Amino acid sequence: MSTHSSGETWSVNTQGAVNVSFDGRPLVAVPGQNIGAALVSNGITAWRSTRKNARPRGLFCGIGVCFDCLVTVDGEANQRACLVEVQEGMEIEGSCADRGGRA
Amino acid sequence: MTPIVSADVAVVGAGPAGLAAAVAAAESGAAVVLVDAGAQPGGQFWRHRPETVAPEQDGRGHHGWPTYLDLRARFDAARGRGRITYLPGLQVWMAQQIHPVQGDDGGFTLRTTPTAAVAALEASVGSQTVVARRLVLGPGGYDRQLPVPGWDLPGVMAAGGIQAFIKANGILPGQRFVIAGTGPFLLPVAANIAEAGGKVLAVLESSSPTAWLPHLRAAAGVPEKALEGAEYAAVFARHRVPYRTRTIVTEVLGTDHVSGVKTAKVDAGGRVRPGTERVYEDVDVVGFGWGFTPQMELPLSFGIQTRLDADGSLVGVVDERQQSSVPGLFLAGEVTGVGGATLAVLEGLAAGTAAAGGTVSPEKTAARHRRFAEAMHLAHPVPPAWQDWLAPETIVCRCEEVTARQLTDARESLGARDARTLKSFTRAGMGWCQGRVCGFAAACLGAGPGSAPTVESLSGSAKRPLAAPVGIGELAALETSDN
Repeated sequence: MSTHSSGETWSVNTQGAVNVSFDGRPLVAVPGQNIGAALVSNGITAWRSTRKNARPRGLFCGIGVCFDCLVTVDGEANQRACLVEVQEGMEIEGSCADRGGRA
Repeated sequence: MTPIVSADVAVVGAGPAGLAAAVAAAESGAAVVLVDAGAQPGGQFWRHRPETVAPEQDGRGHHGWPTYLDLRARFDAARGRGRITYLPGLQVWMAQQIHPVQGDDGGFTLRTTPTAAVAALEASVGSQTVVARRLVLGPGGYDRQLPVPGWDLPGVMAAGGIQAFIKANGILPGQRFVIAGTGPFLLPVAANIAEAGGKVLAVLESSSPTAWLPHLRAAAGVPEKALEGAEYAAVFARHRVPYRTRTIVTEVLGTDHVSGVKTAKVDAGGRVRPGTERVYEDVDVVGFGWGFTPQMELPLSFGIQTRLDADGSLVGVVDERQQSSVPGLFLAGEVTGVGGATLAVLEGLAAGTAAAGGTVSPEKTAARHRRFAEAMHLAHPVPPAWQDWLAPETIVCRCEEVTARQLTDARESLGARDARTLKSFTRAGMGWCQGRVCGFAAACLGAGPGSAPTVESLSGSAKRPLAAPVGIGELAALETSDN
């Protein structure tokens, strides 16, 4: 999937780190970030593909309305990445049908 | 069985409207329960970094932060006195009226489910059933969207989604932005991006400043808005953010991610002026906002009286005490007409006071803000010709991947002229978001080129049997507990 680097930080104390995994690959997130922000700031901007046309999807509405950003979190499917805060050891999985879910 | 929480007044939403309503009701002596989908108070407008990791917040990038701090202090005090029971991290998936019987004036039941089914989520408290004599709904709204070719590419976000991302995480979702659509809300989004270190290549506004000329009296009634505008102008000047009016994005470019946008100038009706096309390259985030859509599924589930507001949105009819056509059901904030946070707070205070049985006097400030909001809606309309921007294969319903051609075909050959009929023929609005994102656009397409959707069409799109996705277990439990 496409990778883009994220913007710089804004008056935020980013001390401390939360270790999570995305599709088995380790990622470092900032405490208090939501999963969507953790993925985007690690250069992952799409983590799901659509059923019909296998089109990539990531964050869209950012506030829990559109359900575009769904991920599996610790085995719980269909969680909104924009709403769930990262926690140490969290296992996050995307669902990219055609690319084995890898970014 | 799901635990039951009882109160005099239940409030849904902890944004400007709901927070104010809960505080006012509690200060008027009522026992209050506040249900909110978020993990901490503030809603979308005052969304901030988790207090667990950032206990001291300076309110940077926020407006009306002192108002939030005041309401928050009163909220915390009322919680401390045991007057407010706060239930964060819960969404209402079903709301029902308890009909009055002799010697009892009825009330309301709210069935809730956790926003996220993740055990690690600290705020998660598990499903609760809320029962209250009076109900205040302050569910807010979300960005209204108009589809355009390429808008389903990753990197395209709702303008409010970018704002929420910055406020919640303190970082940017990309580096090079184009913000487009209509309305004053595009300004704070672009200003926050620029202040956070992002490059805003352009803010594209489909309307023109001259559209405000007939409404200057209403605008002058709320001088703080002009001050706010001056602040943004200063930020734009400092960061060299170009603000282009009568300009739209005609296509988002890219294969698997946004890479650029095509833009064009439009006339007052939104028709593209040939020869004005331009391309912005090396863009990684595009933010769209065409005003807001009030979150109407809970009010509609009670069958309240509705109307079309000046922006074409479906909203609830309320009296001067914020009471809807259903006795005991009060509405505050965007569901009574999109008008911003200051108005939402005033409405919330009135609704909370009235729901607790207190006296509400007519508010002159609220009236001024309502006139301002109406002027804003009239000056920043959805361009009548927007349907011309669509290509036949443009995705309208992002969830079910329904194209513009499928919708116009259903209208022309099957006579599907409203959102509900279009949904049954094409599946537009049948996916995860239940038409929240495409509902307005689909209703416009049903009405036909240049036409605006009716109350009936918008109601059909916004009526949702379940107001939030819910597990089969909770439905089963519902049956058991009602037996």
